Parts: sequence; C-alpha cells; structure tokens
Amino acid sequence: MSPTRPSTLLGRRDVVISVRGIKVGFDDRLVMDGLDLDLYRGEVLGFVGASGAGKSVLTRTILGLLHKRAGTIEVFGYDMDKIGPSERRLIEERWGVLFQEGALFSSLTVRQNIQAPMREHLNLSQSTLDGLAAQKLQLVGLPQDAADKYPAELSGGMTKRVSLARALALDPEIVFLDEPTSGLDPISAGDFDDLIGTLQKTLGLTVFMVTHDLDSLYAICDRVAVLGHGKVSAVGPIDELLLSEDPWIKSYFHGKRGVVRAGAAEKRPAERAGDGRAQSDRAQDARR
Amino acid sequence: MSVAPSVTPKTGDDGVVLSLAGAWIVAAGRALETSAASLTSAARGARNAIIDLAGIERMDTAGAWVIDRARAELAGDGVQAAYRGARPEYALLLQEAGYRPLEPAKQVRTSHLVTLLAAVGESVYTAGADLIDIIDYLGEIVVMWLRLAPHPLRWRWTSMVHHLEMYSLRSVPIIALINFLVGAIVMQQGIFQLARFGASPYAVNLVGVLGLRELGVLMTSIMIAGRTGSAITAEIGSMNMREEIDALRVMALDPLEVLIMPRLVALAIALPILTFVADMATLAGGLIVSWVYAGMTPEVFISRLQGAIATETFLVGLIKAPFMAVVIGLIASTEGMEVRGSAESLGRCVTASVVKSIFMVIVMDGVFAMFFTAVDY
Repeated sequence: MSPTRPSTLLGRRDVVISVRGIKVGFDDRLVMDGLDLDLYRGEVLGFVGASGAGKSVLTRTILGLLHKRAGTIEVFGYDMDKIGPSERRLIEERWGVLFQEGALFSSLTVRQNIQAPMREHLNLSQSTLDGLAAQKLQLVGLPQDAADKYPAELSGGMTKRVSLARALALDPEIVFLDEPTSGLDPISAGDFDDLIGTLQKTLGLTVFMVTHDLDSLYAICDRVAVLGHGKVSAVGPIDELLLSEDPWIKSYFHGKRGVVRAGAAEKRPAERAGDGRAQSDRAQDARR
Repeated sequence: MSVAPSVTPKTGDDGVVLSLAGAWIVAAGRALETSAASLTSAARGARNAIIDLAGIERMDTAGAWVIDRARAELAGDGVQAAYRGARPEYALLLQEAGYRPLEPAKQVRTSHLVTLLAAVGESVYTAGADLIDIIDYLGEIVVMWLRLAPHPLRWRWTSMVHHLEMYSLRSVPIIALINFLVGAIVMQQGIFQLARFGASPYAVNLVGVLGLRELGVLMTSIMIAGRTGSAITAEIGSMNMREEIDALRVMALDPLEVLIMPRLVALAIALPILTFVADMATLAGGLIVSWVYAGMTPEVFISRLQGAIATETFLVGLIKAPFMAVVIGLIASTEGMEVRGSAESLGRCVTASVVKSIFMVIVMDGVFAMFFTAVDY
C-alpha cells in the first residue's frame, strides 16, 4: 500500500455500504443477478466493467433510484428497505452524488447549485453560504467568476467540477462518482484525482467511483471491483487484479491502453502524481 | 449524534488560548456559525491568540472554513492568531479548504423606473423581433415547399403520417367532446333566451351559423394550440437543448425540412379534419339539447337547419382551418428553436408558444370575419 494512504482505515474494515444478492432487471432482462459488494469506510473503490454491463445501474440501485427485484442494501448499517422516509432522508444527507452528465439544476447559477443542498437542509446565513460556495469552487479548481454562470454556459469539464462541488456541499461521508474524469483534460483529471485523494485523507471520505480512467484506478483507488455477467467478478487492490487470469480483466488492464500504466504501476502514486500525469496519454474513456 | 462545536477561551501570559471542542461540521448549521463568531469576539482586543484544535472531535471543509475565517478576521483586527495541536489531516484541511477573501459582488444600482422602462422597451423590441422571425420562417418554409414540391419522394411521408396520427386521430375524442358540449350549451342558452321573444326555434339558426362559422374552428384551433402547439415546442425545444438540432445541421440535414415541415403539413391536414369533426359534434350537441330540453324532434331540427345554413356557412369555418394550422405550427416551431440550455427557458417557450398561438388564432378569426363580411360570403 502506498504510504500516502490511511492504511489503518483498511485494517479496520468498517463497512458503510453492504450489497447482498441484489437482482435488478428491465422487462425480461436481468442486469444484476445476485450481486454482492462491500464498501469500506475511508476507501476509494473503483468500479469498472464493460460499457452496458450495468455500472450505473448498480449505482442507481444503491441510491434508491431503481427498484431491485431481490437482495438487500445496507447503508451505514441501515437496511434501506426497512427504514422510514425520515431516516432515509438523514442517510441521503450523508452521501453526495456526481452524476455522469452533471445533472446540475439548469435554471440556477453555479453558486445557487452548490448552495442548494445547504440551503435546503441547513440553517446557515447567506454570507456563510456564499463563502462555502466559493470555498467549494476553489476546492474543485474553478475560478470565482464561474459562480454566476448558468449550467448551459459551462464546458463539459466545468460541469463535472461544479457537480462535484455540489456533491461535496454537505460534506458527505460517501461520494458516488459516475465517470468523474471522463471528458476532462489530463491535467484537470489529475487534479481531480488529487482532490479526491486529499478529501479522502482529510475527511475520511468514502468514495465509490465508476470509472474507465486507468490513471485514476492506479492513482487513487484502494480497491477495484470488476463487474461482469451481473456479478462482481473480481475485487481487490489493483496489483491483485493485474495478476488475474480472467480474459476481460486481462485485456482491460493489459490492453493497448493499459500496458503503459501497468508498467507505471510499479511507481508509487505519490511520485507519479507529479510526472506521469500530465504527459501520459490517458485513457479518458477506455470503452472496450 | 455528535457534540456541538464549542469554544473555551483562557487568557494566559502570551495572549488568549482558544480551545476548540466538539464536531465542527456543516451539519451543525447555525451552531457552527455562532461558535466561530464567539471565537472572534473572545480574542478581540488581545495581542496574540492561539487556536487550540486538539480537542476537536471532527472537522469538515465547512468547519475548516469558518475557523479559518475567524482567524482571518482576527488578523484583520490586528490579532495574531496561530493554530496549535491540529491533527495532521486537519492541518492539511485548514490549508486546502481554508478561507480565501471573497471579492465582494459588484452591486449595480439602477432605479426601478429605469428597470421598468427597460423591461417595457425590451418586450416591445422582442415582440417586433418575434414577428420578423415568424415571417422569416414562413418565407423559408414556402421556399422549401416550392423546392420539395416536385420531388414527392423526398417528402418525409413516414414522419408526416406519424404526426398526422398524433395530431388528428388522437385529438378526435377531446375535440368531439368539447364541441358537443359547446353546441349543447349554445342551444340551451339560445332556447332559454329566445323564448322571451317566442323565437326559441331560431336557436337552431344560432347553433348552425355560430357553430359552423366560428365556434367549431375556433374551439378546435384553441384546443390544438394548447395540445399540439405545446407538444411541438417542447419536442423541438428539448432537441435543441440536447444539441440534436445541431447534430442534424452538421449532417447536412435541414432541421426545417426534417422536423418542422412534416409537423406543419400534418397540422395543416389535421386541423380541417378536426374542424369537420367539431362541426358535426356541435350540431349533435345542439340536436340532443333541442330534443331533450325543448322537445324538438330531430326531423324538425334538421329541416330548420337546412333553412338556416348554406354550404358557405360550413365552408367559411373550414377555409379558416389550414390558416390557423400554419399560424399555430409556425409559432410553436419558432418558439421551440428559441429554447436555450435551461429547463426554465423550455417552460417559458412552451408557455409563450401556447399564449401566442391562441392570441393569434383569435386575431386571425377576427380578420377573417371582417374579410368574409367585406366579400359578402
């Protein structure tokens, strides 16, 4: 393990999300067939799988946006099927979500978007709200003059950052990131990874990250889960997955775009953060 | 859940020691702000202050920000405040997520009168621009129609038939129902009011002429403006929002030809058909009421109707229908093209589309009424 990572957190294995045997399907097609997954407190879990394998479906199922046919989902030890609406609301305040397309409220400015969760759930003065919105913008690396823009005026990368800023507004314990670095330039994607890493270290943030970005997987993920055939076909630190014999995993990590990074994986993320990041041709969206 | 944030000040030899405790997290809300305020008030006036973070149970980015803001405020008052005993991760958090002075937002002061006048001027200007836009579109559509007319294979028949089904067939029930009710109401009121002059039977003339000349086409056009015009604006508008229109353009396809033309043609066919349905429903409504309410048998109703109306009466209503359709279709599609990125703008454009088309339909009806009177038709 990298020295920059809080190894104690992995040693303790405090489970924040536990998914057991869930089945999710559309019409007569079963997308998730008895999937099990644990998310430990303070870890960054990378979630990979072929396009259309159901990564976003699993995320949406955990978030309660899709109905499952069987199985249980426990978040912070609460069975999501057995809790009432008020408890559910409390749990929902403890997670933040970055949607793939950003999902910013199009009729609110960037500042109002970031303030929306704080304004709705907390009793804070306007000056503090403004300050916190400015702080979140600065954290995600956006200039302050972006605050008064509307989502339609933002570029794809800015939309992702604002969406992350909004996801962090309530300082959640878990953040779900759906392809956070796709569509970002390599430098911004590296900054994004660094930000996630910093937040994880300082806040003990737990991150569930659906990604195709091999650099992110190497740089910040403590564990990587591979989705295949409606189940988690492999899960573990990336070094273990690199040794896997599964043909899909092999071609994913050792394919044309993976080879460069498999070599780079020998280096420690902390060292790589400086050099390899910006220069490496990164797999922004290694869909294969 | 967690302990509220608190501050314990202690005055020592070299200044004030402020011991922080509890959970400095955003979930504390107002307590977080008041604790940070007590931090500044406790140390104000002292020369040095030490902010002791050792007792902090939890701290998040918001907590770090309010603590750092308090430190910055103290520094502004000439009090040198330093941190002590912060856990390494919190020290990092204070550094990364700390307070940065905000540039105050520029307040532009304008008087209400100027704002009001500006708003009025802007709406007059946009009304003029809208008119030009619509005439512009009309011209483009006519040119396109002339260009496409000799090539029937290039017409989008599938799309046209699809929209025709959506606009006409699926509207039949509601159009028939409202016009049946309108016919019934006019008949009932006609019988009731005319009874005072002993002219109840003339209520048939009322329903026949009013229904066929004006009400049938007007009610149908208003209904279609609300039902179909809004749908066209929303469809084209959301395609515009998701860059689908741009995608068509870069594929060398003309959105006017692919999207707007089939809808306009379908609407221009659908509205006369629906007007005919509406006319029949109005007469049926009148017939039923005259039968049930005034005891006039259907035979009598029909023979009186034959005396009251001529083919022109029916045609006057029907001639107006395609014009109404073009007005509704043009307004709906121009508004759809006006939609910009936000959901709010989509809502605004759909509203504008319906309001403008209903207004224009009524204005057109008035113009037609004057025209038909002038030509004595």
